[in-house]
Amino acid sequence: MKLIVNGVELEIVSPPLTPLLHVLRDELDITSPKAGCQQGGCGTCTVLIDGEPRRSCLTAVAAVDGASITTVEGLGDRGALSPVQAAFHNHYPAQCGFCTPGMVIAATALIERTGGPVEREDVIDALGGHYCRCTGYVKIVDAVMAASRGETDSIEDLPVSVVGEPEVQPKGSPA
Amino acid sequence: MPADVLLPTSADEAASLYGDGAGITVVAGGTILLPEIAAGRESPERALMLHRAGLDTIRVDGDRVVIGAMVPIAALADAPDRVLAEVARHVGDGEIRRTATLGGNIAAPAAADAQRGDLGAPLIALGARVRSTGAGGERIEPIEEFLAGDRTVRLVLDVQYDRFERRFGATSLRRRHAQSYSIAAVVACARPDGGDLRIGVSGAGPTAVRCRAVEQSRDASDVLIDVDPIDDAVASAAYRRTVLPKLVREALDKLALDELERS
Repeated sequence: MKLIVNGVELEIVSPPLTPLLHVLRDELDITSPKAGCQQGGCGTCTVLIDGEPRRSCLTAVAAVDGASITTVEGLGDRGALSPVQAAFHNHYPAQCGFCTPGMVIAATALIERTGGPVEREDVIDALGGHYCRCTGYVKIVDAVMAASRGETDSIEDLPVSVVGEPEVQPKGSPA
Repeated sequence: MPADVLLPTSADEAASLYGDGAGITVVAGGTILLPEIAAGRESPERALMLHRAGLDTIRVDGDRVVIGAMVPIAALADAPDRVLAEVARHVGDGEIRRTATLGGNIAAPAAADAQRGDLGAPLIALGARVRSTGAGGERIEPIEEFLAGDRTVRLVLDVQYDRFERRFGATSLRRRHAQSYSIAAVVACARPDGGDLRIGVSGAGPTAVRCRAVEQSRDASDVLIDVDPIDDAVASAAYRRTVLPKLVREALDKLALDELERS
């Protein structure tokens, strides 16, 4: 079996009925899709399969043999975040962050599909299967709407950190 | 021990590999099966994966609609009839609907803690027929008969119904979050003059049920003649018995309004 993951074609050796989630996390070490409920109920394992957001925990890898998979790792990079990632940074819609990868992927697909500003109801519909137990959703929806309006102007202000040597110490962090 | 995976590339090949179904686990979308495998509750020895079997099209064949078993529930939004599109958009959430299939929705057995198969009610109301294969070969039967039989020994190939002008009324009671199974759902369809009334109820018991008594009497309280609600994690039988006649009444009212809007 083959998958094109974030633009790279890879040979897959996991058994055919392995959930795509575990192929990504355990075989390929791509850990942004989280193993949350693992029964389709929480949304944090959502990835793009040929551009469409689907649950990786509910998808047998053999069923998507040859498909193109996009995870958060494939959206942007340090200093060049995707519009949704930048909006998530600016609007502070993450507390524990466990649901964030699924939210970012679903929001990316929504904005890709609509191609322009989205209404609050569109966001609620698109994120309807995603659970956040921290934020109460308001800032998440705000962030997605801002991203859909192209409000990414403050991306340049983002701190650029170096792995192992963070320049910015979050308030209250140890050390 | 990983499953031996069978990957048919046509409906005929799928039917022949399925045979009488003995020892075969069918993988359609996988949204019900994958968590069972991941949790170790199911370990299929021979898995029949259908995603390349060519069963994924919606075809309008004269005045008959034929929907392949592997059509994703998301694609039913484009079904030629409003009633199926309307109910399909309440199944799971968008991401699940892109993976889950029509065939899996009607063929998967009920869960221990909640009833499944929201599409049973609209398909009963549309007078749909299920084409399936298994021991004794291929057969076509009304969906309510297919649902009442042993679904675990049949491979669903497609679902068919006749096209004619219909009015419909659909109503359901559910918790507010996206993936919640409905407590009960009612769909009623009829011709513009009110003839050929058909009513399906899903969510109240192990399978969707056709409400012939109400079709005859048009009295919503008769729904409990055909439907025997059960207790599960979603609602109690007593609660379902209380709300079902009200849901049927509402579906019939919507059906009547649907007629008014279009006349």
